[in-house]
Amino acid sequence: MIERAVMEHSQIRRLSAVENGEKVRLVRVDAGRDLNRRLASMGFVPNVQITVVSNSHPGPFVIIVKEVKMVLGRGVAQKVLVEPEKSF
Amino acid sequence: MERITVALAGNPNSGKSSLFNLLTGARQHVGNYPGVTVEKKEGYCTHEGWEIAIVDLPGIYSLTAYSTEEIVARHFLLEDKPDVVVDVVDASNIERNLYLGTQLMEMSPPMVFAFNMADLAKRRGLVFDLEQLSRLLEARIVPTVGNKGEGRTQLLDAIVRTAREGRKPRVHQVQYGDEIEEELGRVEGAVSRWEGPLAGKYGSRWLAVKLLEQDEEIVAKVGHKEVLDAVDRSVRHLRGIFRDEPEIVMADRRYGFISGACQETIRNSVERRHDASDMIDAVVTNRILGLPIFLLLMYAVFWLTFTLGKYPMAGLEWLVGSLGTSVSGLWPQASDNWLRSLLVDGVIAGVGGVVVFLPNILLLFLAIALLEDTGYMARAAFVMDRVMHKIGLHGKSFIPMLIGFGCSVPAIMATRILENRRNRLTTILVIPLMSCGARLTIYSLMIPAFFAPHWRGPVMWLIYLVGILLAVACARLLRLTIFRGETTPFVMELPPYRMPTLKSILIHMWQRGWMFLKKAGTMILSVSVVLWVLASFPKPKAGELAGLTEGQSRQVALEHSVMGRVGRFIEPAIQPLGFDWKIGTALIGATAAKEVFVSQLSIVYATGSEDDTEALREKLQANYTPLVGFCIMLFCLISAPCSATLAMTRQEAGSWRWAAFQFIGLTTLAYGITFIVFQLGRIWI
Repeated sequence: MIERAVMEHSQIRRLSAVENGEKVRLVRVDAGRDLNRRLASMGFVPNVQITVVSNSHPGPFVIIVKEVKMVLGRGVAQKVLVEPEKSF
Repeated sequence: MERITVALAGNPNSGKSSLFNLLTGARQHVGNYPGVTVEKKEGYCTHEGWEIAIVDLPGIYSLTAYSTEEIVARHFLLEDKPDVVVDVVDASNIERNLYLGTQLMEMSPPMVFAFNMADLAKRRGLVFDLEQLSRLLEARIVPTVGNKGEGRTQLLDAIVRTAREGRKPRVHQVQYGDEIEEELGRVEGAVSRWEGPLAGKYGSRWLAVKLLEQDEEIVAKVGHKEVLDAVDRSVRHLRGIFRDEPEIVMADRRYGFISGACQETIRNSVERRHDASDMIDAVVTNRILGLPIFLLLMYAVFWLTFTLGKYPMAGLEWLVGSLGTSVSGLWPQASDNWLRSLLVDGVIAGVGGVVVFLPNILLLFLAIALLEDTGYMARAAFVMDRVMHKIGLHGKSFIPMLIGFGCSVPAIMATRILENRRNRLTTILVIPLMSCGARLTIYSLMIPAFFAPHWRGPVMWLIYLVGILLAVACARLLRLTIFRGETTPFVMELPPYRMPTLKSILIHMWQRGWMFLKKAGTMILSVSVVLWVLASFPKPKAGELAGLTEGQSRQVALEHSVMGRVGRFIEPAIQPLGFDWKIGTALIGATAAKEVFVSQLSIVYATGSEDDTEALREKLQANYTPLVGFCIMLFCLISAPCSATLAMTRQEAGSWRWAAFQFIGLTTLAYGITFIVFQLGRIWI
């Protein structure tokens, strides 16, 4: 409930909703400890830039984090919360 | 001669194994796989009067207690305390790769960084100020190109010099920020006070860091309630401040440290562009094209294995045959010497039957190595994931299964890439259903005996297909019952495509092929001897053999032996499958190693020499219907995996229980299905 409120009022959304070519920043991973930890060790830390390479339905969800290209299952992508890249 | 131990650590896909091969050359314990984790891969080399033992740790992303690989690596670093730790880093994506480095640094061993794939980094336009970076990381940095052989001497120089300096306290530690540092101080205090010996062994700061991260393995080691309470308080406090788990914040700080160090020392003169890799991926992982492309490649792999393999196979067959004849010729003709029989009928026939298949298997492994080294395998695992997911397995499961078509032994070992234990056990249990190279001997014998030329290809494919379908069904069943649970979420790195070197492909091919050979050399050899004994004794009295040809004498001798008697004994049980005691005898032999089936059958049918397959085929055709022939192949496909496979299952699954379960389960399944097929076939055909 709180989450929905937060999402409505800021621009936080699920990574799975991000389009091809967009760059976003990680807010949080909404998952159990194991996945959280695993992702953290692969670069998913707060504020890290995530570039979505491919998010075509259907098809693989491919992103770049810390210069490394990765495929994520859709379920995982749904658990990653991101906000837009701040432009200065 | 000074002796030191060096540990090689690094991310998967960092080229660590090529570097290991570069350093140790041929002097290593082969039997392990690049990119697939193994407990210990050890090798040796010498440099400037130092004898260096090198241990290649499993590829890991961090040193948490997330997966067995990480635990194994960590365990080695903490308990075995190597003299130098070399962190192999993919220089073209430093930041992610250095995460492990920061965790290693926290253990304070003497360290050296190998910035591997330096050529790729250069091509990407990355320029490093290695001197400055080296100062920040407090370790020597050596650029290397593992698969081209560059940087070996420099790396060894760095290792030796670092070893001489020994352990030094760090000046630049990763600083986790005021709040965390404060709590770290508190936990450190508690640890030093209450867990003296533990602190002495692992270092109090490292322990404190792990405890705040709530690392399960470390928490379990701490006994004193005071410490656990202190940790608990700190964790809760930090959770409140950051609204996130401390370990996530700490991960963030580590990356911050790395980022800072890199910003000062690395310049990227070229913007990352949509490179060729992306374009290839768009096609290869495309929903519509992906699967067909994959299937096409698989078809090509198997075609290569079967057609190209024919020629060297024929050559080896001839070689084994001549060896048998020449050894046999050492004794006078027609002498009944047990040693001669043991060597020719037991050892050479048994082991030779296996070795003959080496070309086939090597070709398969060569193709797999090629797919892996180019980077395609990761994409294939993704493409297969959709299918695998439906049967409850992870996309990565298909890789061990593919290897299983060559030999189950390296296939089971390859399941180490699966992190989820349930997935792993399921995959291990069904791998024998991937018709292996040994069973091919049986099909090669049976199919031409019973089926007309234009039927042969389809029948072979049918058998393989049945194996695959059964594997899918069993996996599904297992995952719905015994191994119920979530599959691991799919997170997989896609390494950039690269041009593999011939050398590296050959090494990878050989490492798996070697496992197959070792199996022949050890298990099958010993089992062949045992079987020979069972099939040769007790001997019939001389009178019974009067007037018989050599072939007929052997037949009588077999019937008289232990093996023959057991075969007769089980005959009633296998009759509903259409089998008789002769097949029964051969099947018993096959539990040792599938290849033995053929040699046993040829003895039973007294075809004079084991190589005379045509004669054997004629006998088979005369005695059995094609339906029975098919049922024999079906039974061999599904039933008990060979002894070497069972041994490997026991090793990788952890207990004899699983191997027994595999044996009983598969044999029962084989019996059931063959029974149904035979009985229905009898009615309809």
